[in-house]
Amino acid sequence: MARAAVPGRLTWRVATVKQTKDETATARTLTLDVPGWPGHAPGQHVAVKLTAADGYTAQRDYSIGNASEPDRLEITVQRLSDGEVSPYLAEIAEPGDQFDLRGPIGGWFTWDPADPRPLLLFAGGSGIVPLMAMIRTHAQFGAQVPVRLIYSARTPADIIYQEELSERQRSSPLTITYLYTRSGWAARGIAPARDSKSYTTRLNAKILAETAFPPSANPATFVCGPSGFVEAASSLLVAAGHAPGAIKTERFGPGG
Amino acid sequence: MNTVTRGFTGRRRDDPKLPPGQYLEYGFPVLQAGPTPPVNTATWSFTITTETGESTRWDWKQFTALPAEAITTDIHCVTQWSKLGTHWRGVSLDTLLDGIETDAAYVMARSYGGYTTNAPLPDLRDGKAWIAYEYDGKPLRPEHGGPARLLVPHLYFWKSAKWVTGLDLMLRDKRGFWEQLGYHDYGDPWREQRYQGD
Repeated sequence: MARAAVPGRLTWRVATVKQTKDETATARTLTLDVPGWPGHAPGQHVAVKLTAADGYTAQRDYSIGNASEPDRLEITVQRLSDGEVSPYLAEIAEPGDQFDLRGPIGGWFTWDPADPRPLLLFAGGSGIVPLMAMIRTHAQFGAQVPVRLIYSARTPADIIYQEELSERQRSSPLTITYLYTRSGWAARGIAPARDSKSYTTRLNAKILAETAFPPSANPATFVCGPSGFVEAASSLLVAAGHAPGAIKTERFGPGG
Repeated sequence: MNTVTRGFTGRRRDDPKLPPGQYLEYGFPVLQAGPTPPVNTATWSFTITTETGESTRWDWKQFTALPAEAITTDIHCVTQWSKLGTHWRGVSLDTLLDGIETDAAYVMARSYGGYTTNAPLPDLRDGKAWIAYEYDGKPLRPEHGGPARLLVPHLYFWKSAKWVTGLDLMLRDKRGFWEQLGYHDYGDPWREQRYQGD
């Protein structure tokens, strides 16, 4: 099932929205029926093409959030206020609606469930999506390697997949640390997850040392999020002695 | 045949300068596979190696003493953003290849950090490619490929290898880093050659 590279020619397929689920005030998961979907490796993405009635099209890439299964895909879309495609997917699309997509794309930012190394994941905002596909694939394969997730979001209300992450932390070798980059959320009545360590700060060297696997554990490391987060996290990892070649990054640019 | 999507109207910022499937970006997003490698101009070098193994090498001082050009160009990323009218300064590949004898038809660009990308040699000649070291009048920032990157703006931007340190001239084409992972060997944005088979 897991494909390490883009296989031959990538064909456009018709996706039908099966179900939508609001994850936060601005992020929504779409479950898609995609007949003929060949399966994917966790970390890969798809290109989505929307077509208006007059033929105008707009195309964007989205990470896949689910573990591979036949004919089915999940994407979680963060609505960008100035976006063109994301507002449609995060607000307007309903079950039964259709659009074109192709993939899976990307053979680098992928995790192999047979990899014996501990798995170290850094998510910034909606950068959690491809990392969630890795966590779900870890469970799907019954992998035993320990997983640590360091997940940075503005406030506890911006955490995507909160309930499922708590459940998976109870039932698998997964340890989660949340970093909240905005203060003042407690005064607004927002409750944090109580089962995980959390800090209200951006990632720094001290937190990295307290929460991540050390370089001596030789982890497979994935960093995904906005460019500034990825630059900061990967620089801190290299400064702490992690091998640059063991760190894979994926950045979400602005736009969308 | 595209599937019409109910409820989608789009923003319609159609611009004749935008290749198919691209949208206009005003920021400067970053695309790379790993950490930004630290590259020091004190130890930086750029080497062109021919198919017979002959090398021509420049250090930073020699390189920045070469005649440089101001370049204004549109850039197109395979992740669908395009940025119009960007300003660069760098040395033309025509200047660098001048006097180098070769029968090569292809080039592999090599970068600090191990990244590689391939292109036909004619695509780097005749004023179509540069080694750029300034962006918007300032030294090129590390996350954008500084101190120097290849600039081949008529191809998708992954071909414009960041942190470039050399070109290997080749008689036959070989695939670079992203090309081995399924991205297109040539990458013409106007023909939307994003992935193998496009």
